[in-house]
Amino acid sequence: MELFAARNVSKSFVNHKALSGVSMHVPAGSIYGLLGPNGAGKTTLLRIINQITAPDTGELFFHGRRMQSADINQIGYMPEERGLYKKMKVGEQLIYFGRLKGLDKKTAMERIKFWVGKFEIRSWWNKKIEELSKGMQQKIQFIITVLHEPGLLIFDEPFSGFDPINANMLKNEILALRERGATIIFSTHNMSSVEELCDHITLIDNSKVIIEGEVNAIRQQFKLDIYRVGFQGDEKKLRQILGGEYEVLDMVESKPSEHLARIKIHRQTTDNMLLSLLLPHFHITSFTEEIPGMNDIFIDLVNRKQEEVSQQTYQHG
Amino acid sequence: MDKKTLLIIGREFITRVRKKSFIVMTILGPLLFAALIIGPAWFATMEDREVRVIAVIDSSRLFIDKIPETEYLKFDYLENTTVREVREKFPETDYYAVLYIAHIVTSTPSAVQLMSDRPPSMNIRMHIANAMEKEIERQKLAAYDIENLDAILAAVRTSINIRTIVWQDDGSQVESHSELAIIVGYIGGFLIYFFIFLFGAQVMRGVIEEKSSRVIEILVSSVRPFQLMLGKIVGIGLVGLTQFLLWVILSAAIIFATQQIFFSDLAVPSSENIVIEDMFSSSTLQQAQPVEEADTQIFREFLASVSAINFGVMLGAFLFYFLGGYLLYASLFASIGSAADSETDTQQFMLPVTVPLILSIIVMMNAIMNPDGAIAFWFSMIPFTSPIIMMARIPFGVPTWEIALSGGLLVGTFIFTTWLAGKIYRTGILMYGKKVNYAEVWKWLRYSG
Repeated sequence: MELFAARNVSKSFVNHKALSGVSMHVPAGSIYGLLGPNGAGKTTLLRIINQITAPDTGELFFHGRRMQSADINQIGYMPEERGLYKKMKVGEQLIYFGRLKGLDKKTAMERIKFWVGKFEIRSWWNKKIEELSKGMQQKIQFIITVLHEPGLLIFDEPFSGFDPINANMLKNEILALRERGATIIFSTHNMSSVEELCDHITLIDNSKVIIEGEVNAIRQQFKLDIYRVGFQGDEKKLRQILGGEYEVLDMVESKPSEHLARIKIHRQTTDNMLLSLLLPHFHITSFTEEIPGMNDIFIDLVNRKQEEVSQQTYQHG
Repeated sequence: MDKKTLLIIGREFITRVRKKSFIVMTILGPLLFAALIIGPAWFATMEDREVRVIAVIDSSRLFIDKIPETEYLKFDYLENTTVREVREKFPETDYYAVLYIAHIVTSTPSAVQLMSDRPPSMNIRMHIANAMEKEIERQKLAAYDIENLDAILAAVRTSINIRTIVWQDDGSQVESHSELAIIVGYIGGFLIYFFIFLFGAQVMRGVIEEKSSRVIEILVSSVRPFQLMLGKIVGIGLVGLTQFLLWVILSAAIIFATQQIFFSDLAVPSSENIVIEDMFSSSTLQQAQPVEEADTQIFREFLASVSAINFGVMLGAFLFYFLGGYLLYASLFASIGSAADSETDTQQFMLPVTVPLILSIIVMMNAIMNPDGAIAFWFSMIPFTSPIIMMARIPFGVPTWEIALSGGLLVGTFIFTTWLAGKIYRTGILMYGKKVNYAEVWKWLRYSG
């Protein structure tokens, strides 16, 4: 079941094209990563989902029907550029933003009490935002984002500007929100957080979607059939045993009398065949498939795209 | 208006009304205003309550015991002394001043000197000059040796009081009081100018604050930019109205209270008394009216001229033109704020907004002197100047159709500028780090997304 979908969304600004024909499908209950280099159009897409700007063409769907303006009350948004009213007191500010998202005063109060207790910041209630440290302000910002218990949460670069402790806290909160049934979209260029958190991703570059799908499926799709084999025995024998279908990329002595080899297998064979070839001759200590990290895929895809673009311009020129 | 806009209005209103600067302004405003009105009257009475004795050295011997005394002004006629002698002893005496009248006074009017160790007050000088002129006139007439002179004089003396009557279209007539109308016109026009500038600039600053603190992005993910702009404009407008009404109430209270405390024993301040007696004591002889009645008459006339100005209409007009003018300019101020990253960026856009306002004040001077002239008429129709100019004209009486036309144009224009400003605003608030110029703003206007 899709919670949110965008179909063929395009958006141009006065001087440049921010999005062209972007589609994305966000399954309910997923943590969805929106990746891409700076200036790719991520923030524009997030603003369109938040109805801050309208797309030139394309459609948005929420809970399987067309998105309506009232739906913004079911979305929580934490923009990349964090901001609060500096002169306003913490308590009043939380109530104000809660009510702006459609909560009544009483409900807002109850939920604020819960979050304020959870983060142990009750003593800040009457402090002005400008009196708080940046980390403290981030916590207030987070509460404002989740206060109205939205079904869809959108974080734009959530980990930028957080110190490691707060970043970890945020990560745990995001996972906890998903546990409670929320769907989360976040944009980032921090790939380790993608591998850790995301089920699905969309990679945008230069206003276009390059790849979309489940993280594991994408990594599988990009795997290069390379296996890491740890073994004990005569390392010189390895190359003799393996025929032309296999290629030993490199080999190192990982421990005394133990070696680690990276072996690429070609299409016709399988990992089982490789293993059966090796077993009679060596004592195998480990056997794992090398799956590329999101970081490698990201760099690979973005570079490939840029090469295509430069080739095209070369041909046309 | 929807719930979210009301919420925004509430925040804008409450955060400003609670500010120290608002409370200070609310209290200081009426105090200053009251001080301007009460102060001079109070000082005048303080001065005149002191009994002053003036030594008179009359070489002509024409004025001995002839200058009328008042409750607070006495004359002491000295004989066989010189100015020099009196001057030497002056510090030990209680004399306020020394009046020296040379014997050639009937032929040389400048032969009278009033000397003191401080500049004598204007009222006293006028009182003495009037009394002496009248005495010389009486004596010169007496030299003609006319029978029944006093009776003739009383019979010929007539006082003229020109009343200005304005014929209305419906056949009725209204007495106009230009002086008061001028004052009320000025105050009304200036107040509108002041309020538009003060609260328009607050709208601009509010927009810049939300933009520079980046809170704007959270706001527009909850409400539409137009709701946000409208909420801010209305909220701050209500602050302005509240301030104005508090000023009216507090000013009235202060003036009333001061009257009760300080002037309760005086019907009319005594400094005026001298002038009034002077003007009426003789003119009323023919009608054989006692002086007291003349006093109440002029007081009644003053009251009549105050009540001739329809304060209900004035207040209504003020509220309408304040709101109309404010809404028109505030939306422009909001769009300027949205196009700027900081207040220093606003200069280039401020000019076209401030020029019509300042022009209004210049034109207002002309309009008050000639409230039915072509300049006054046209500038009270142009919506960018009409709030100030029409406000200044209204105390003089303006045909209903003119007010209706000017009001209609104003309403139409502010709806248009608000719509226009909304277009600039929603693009501007999300635009950072870019030097915005007029060409850029033009693109935003044509851009429909």
